[in-house]
Amino acid sequence: MEPFKPVKSIPTPLDKVNVDTDQIVPKQFLKLVQKTGFGKHLFFDWRYDKNEKPRSDFILNNPQYRGSKILLTRENFGCGSSREHAAWALLDYGFRVIISSSFADIFYNNCFKNGILPIKLERKDVDEFFQTDSEIEVNLEEQTIKTKSHTIHFDIENHRKKSLLNGYDDISLALQHEKKILEHERNSKYSSL
Amino acid sequence: MGMNVTEKILSRASGKATVSPEDVIFVNVDKAMIHDVSGPGVIKVFEKLEQKGINTDKLWDPSKVWVAEDHFVPSADMISAQNIVLLSNFTKKYGIEKHFKYGMGQYGICHTLSHEEALVLPGEVYVGGDSHTNTTGALGAFAAGLGHTDIAYVLLNGKIWFKVPETLYFKLNGKLPEHVMAKDFILKIIGDIGVDGASYKTMQFGGSGISEMVMEERLTLTNMTTEAGAKSGIIEPDQETRDYLASRGATNYNEVKGDSDAAYSKIYEYEAEQLEPTVAKPYSPQNISPARDLSNVELDKAYIGSCTGAKLEDLRAVAKILKGQKVKIRTEILPAAISIYKKAMKEGLAEIFLDAGVTIGPPTCGACCGAHMGVLAKDEVCISTTNRNFPGRMGHVESKTYLASPLVVAASAIRGKITDPRDLK
Repeated sequence: MEPFKPVKSIPTPLDKVNVDTDQIVPKQFLKLVQKTGFGKHLFFDWRYDKNEKPRSDFILNNPQYRGSKILLTRENFGCGSSREHAAWALLDYGFRVIISSSFADIFYNNCFKNGILPIKLERKDVDEFFQTDSEIEVNLEEQTIKTKSHTIHFDIENHRKKSLLNGYDDISLALQHEKKILEHERNSKYSSL
Repeated sequence: MGMNVTEKILSRASGKATVSPEDVIFVNVDKAMIHDVSGPGVIKVFEKLEQKGINTDKLWDPSKVWVAEDHFVPSADMISAQNIVLLSNFTKKYGIEKHFKYGMGQYGICHTLSHEEALVLPGEVYVGGDSHTNTTGALGAFAAGLGHTDIAYVLLNGKIWFKVPETLYFKLNGKLPEHVMAKDFILKIIGDIGVDGASYKTMQFGGSGISEMVMEERLTLTNMTTEAGAKSGIIEPDQETRDYLASRGATNYNEVKGDSDAAYSKIYEYEAEQLEPTVAKPYSPQNISPARDLSNVELDKAYIGSCTGAKLEDLRAVAKILKGQKVKIRTEILPAAISIYKKAMKEGLAEIFLDAGVTIGPPTCGACCGAHMGVLAKDEVCISTTNRNFPGRMGHVESKTYLASPLVVAASAIRGKITDPRDLK
């Protein structure tokens, strides 16, 4: 995974609650297993009309947000099916950060496994971002979001932060600590070794 | 303060004397499952790891892993067929013996196999590459769904991180009335707490109403905890659990129950006699209404399938309504596993269905996830025993799905309109 660097971008405002993974990547694309190339399927039914032409009324097709790296959305983002294709599609499209007041659990975990930073904020802060339409800067190291006028702090568990900053997935992290884990196992009376 | 059943299972699995909600723990996994969508995803993760020089030659324990073919089988197209080949090569390479192949005896929906085949036992930690893995918690296990990368990690290491979830306790007082099923109860709960009402929490069910409930009905409750965003759903094992497992040859396990002074973050109480046939309208499982209030809704299809609504008990309920009747709209029944299909034949249910005009399909997730076997056209309206009704879930993005119990779906199939089974004459 790419180490996570500060991200500066206009956020794409997707003003919907309970966006489920069926909307993020519809079922017909689940059979595809390559991790790349999913960006074109992202929000497929919302993004394209029946002739597969971009719908001008969908936010991702607004030229203003072309190249945006931050998705701004509402509570319970990523609910429904556990398909990791949802995280693959968001990443492949170019999103590195998702800001919402809450995320569905499995999706939230899948983000970290794929180098996406999901940021949970208070609802009032999310509302505020929906009101503004200018560039913001997300700095994971400092755990801040900077706007023109102010800075908001966000929380993240330390091990998740470290993994993203170093570009580790859980598997490489565990391998890095394999010795320590083995040692702990040997000394534990519940050892499985 | 004592621990509840989930905390006790997780404390045992993490080797800690006690655990509390919010603790981050590293647990030993007892069982893991992949299917024909998550399996190929896991295989891709393995390939990436190999490229990085990480050894993926061996799984932590192939005897604890099982594989289901359910989403796109019988192969819906070339890519699905290819994925099945991928899965078969994978299980052969790693020596996974529990691979339930379609066309070779017992197979079916992964969550259904978990209980039909007693693959998961009380007190165990079970993870699966599918969000409805929660289903199996009805057996008294900790059962949770994970993404592909997490499952790949479990397959190699047999362990996973969890944050101990807090538990919401749902107490059902009294036995469900005649025309009310577990599906009505769980839809009512989701309507009350919302689709994120149990986000990262465990939903535990108990009370006299649960004690009275047969296992397959209990499984409907834990199955749809996923629709409330829950990490897991669980029911403490009792005599019903033991009998259910014993009839499937499983008697050797360590039952876990909560302490009498266990803590719950919130307790909800429901009176069974106040529950009624309930339907979730498009496009959210929380968008509920009494079935009676929707009697003007015209339908094009009735679908009886999935891990939620095609267990033997569900088919028995449907047969009770369809016996001697004819369906007015297209109706499909896809039993959730071959073993259930066989029992439905033996009990004479299949004949009742066919006489009523229903088509019986092979076990598969089928149209529940919009894959195949009866997907919906634009503007079509369906009533279904499945679990999700998001836009496009069962087919066209402008189709509509109403979620209901097998009794309501069967009654509606006869009338061609949403029907409360109490109103059938």
